[in-house]
Amino acid sequence: MKLGTRKKLSEQLEDLKSKTMEMGALASTAVEKAVESLVKRNVRLAKKVIKEDDKIDDLEFEIENNCMHVIALQQPVAKDLRTIGTCLKIITDLERVGDRAVDIANITIEMAGRAPVKPLVDIPRMAELAVGMLRDSMRAFKEGNSSLAFELGKRDDEVDRLAHQVTRELFSYLVEDPKKISDAVRLMLVASFLERIADHATNIGERVIYMEKGERVRIN
Amino acid sequence: MVKSKIKLQTKKLNVWYGNMHVVKDFTLKIPEKKITAVIGPSGCGKSTFLRSLNRMVELVPGARVSGEILLDGENIYDKDVDETEIRLRIGMVFQKPNPFPKSIYENVAYGLKVRGITEEKKLRLLVEESLKKVGLWEEVRDRLNRSALELSGGQQQRLCIARALAVKPEVILMDEPCSSLDPIATAKIEDLLFELKKDYTIVIVTHNLQQAARVSDYTAFMYAGKLIEHGRTEEIFERPKNKITQDYITGRFG
Repeated sequence: MKLGTRKKLSEQLEDLKSKTMEMGALASTAVEKAVESLVKRNVRLAKKVIKEDDKIDDLEFEIENNCMHVIALQQPVAKDLRTIGTCLKIITDLERVGDRAVDIANITIEMAGRAPVKPLVDIPRMAELAVGMLRDSMRAFKEGNSSLAFELGKRDDEVDRLAHQVTRELFSYLVEDPKKISDAVRLMLVASFLERIADHATNIGERVIYMEKGERVRIN
Repeated sequence: MVKSKIKLQTKKLNVWYGNMHVVKDFTLKIPEKKITAVIGPSGCGKSTFLRSLNRMVELVPGARVSGEILLDGENIYDKDVDETEIRLRIGMVFQKPNPFPKSIYENVAYGLKVRGITEEKKLRLLVEESLKKVGLWEEVRDRLNRSALELSGGQQQRLCIARALAVKPEVILMDEPCSSLDPIATAKIEDLLFELKKDYTIVIVTHNLQQAARVSDYTAFMYAGKLIEHGRTEEIFERPKNKITQDYITGRFG
């Protein structure tokens, strides 16, 4: 049996995948930069993250549009259809990741000019884990690697554990010094945003497994 | 996999034309009052398979059949089974509309007359009932005595379905029933299929995969005479298990 017909559909699917990868890369960088702006108290970098979120939002529209076109014009089925369904779901997760990066950047701006609550240790660690998960979820998508996707569940547990730890620690600051309440609460939000970002990466992993195997699973 | 009552079932069905082995060890369950689509590339044996289900394949010189086809559990190829009776119980609609060169009325009444119904009043009633079932009655009630060949292609095909329904079959076999019709006539036939499956078991052979996906409850994929995969239509089109099925339905084949 000779394969390789439906050249146009194959090209359109490749294009969808590469645009989704591009969106994934932008979202990962946005989180990384947002946390860097927080740690380094760099308002300019924070503003840049906020501005660049427009690109992520535009890509979401563009990819969604392209998905609808391919469905309408090519009537894809089986793995082709699952790939498109996966792109449609992934871009929603990525768009939300971008929004969380913006939220973190806004917190950088809000906290600027005040003495830090505490040296940030666990938050950069959480960010590193969450961004690592996000990048790996996108690599799993690109390669169709379901075992890599599966592992994200376990890694998410570590992020959740750190989020609890950060929250507990910040509570102690809250109690000690009422002047630090507002910024301590902001940092708690950052921890919960990072925890959400890791959840989005896990969602992406679940979609990759669906794309590859046609099974819907919960990996966490 | 198939939970409904099984209406028709093939067991190790084989069909040869002379030396050519066209259908190979085909075992398939066809559930009652559901639509089963048979898909597969040209020349894979779909039409032959369909024609074997009501023994029409025997009309081809040199054709030979082995295995069993059970209609309500009885083998239709048993020696004492009358094939004419089988063809009344299992009707067929063909690729191109093939009305008889007679009036619209006579086309539908024909099978009834063959069955020995001669009373005019009864015939009229049954003709009307069949034409209503296919949604043709309103369109033709004023010209029942005009030639069926004056109808459009879509109307002719619905007339052929009405003709098949008139003799009250239990199973209807359809061989590419929409391939010569435009999208609107096709949509009408597809709507009709949904109505018909309330009362009949339908097996449809089609090249149009989207049509199979739209209308059928179960899909059987056939390749080189063999049944490759069979399952609920949404399973076959969303997550086929077999690589050949995947390649065929996504069009990466041939």
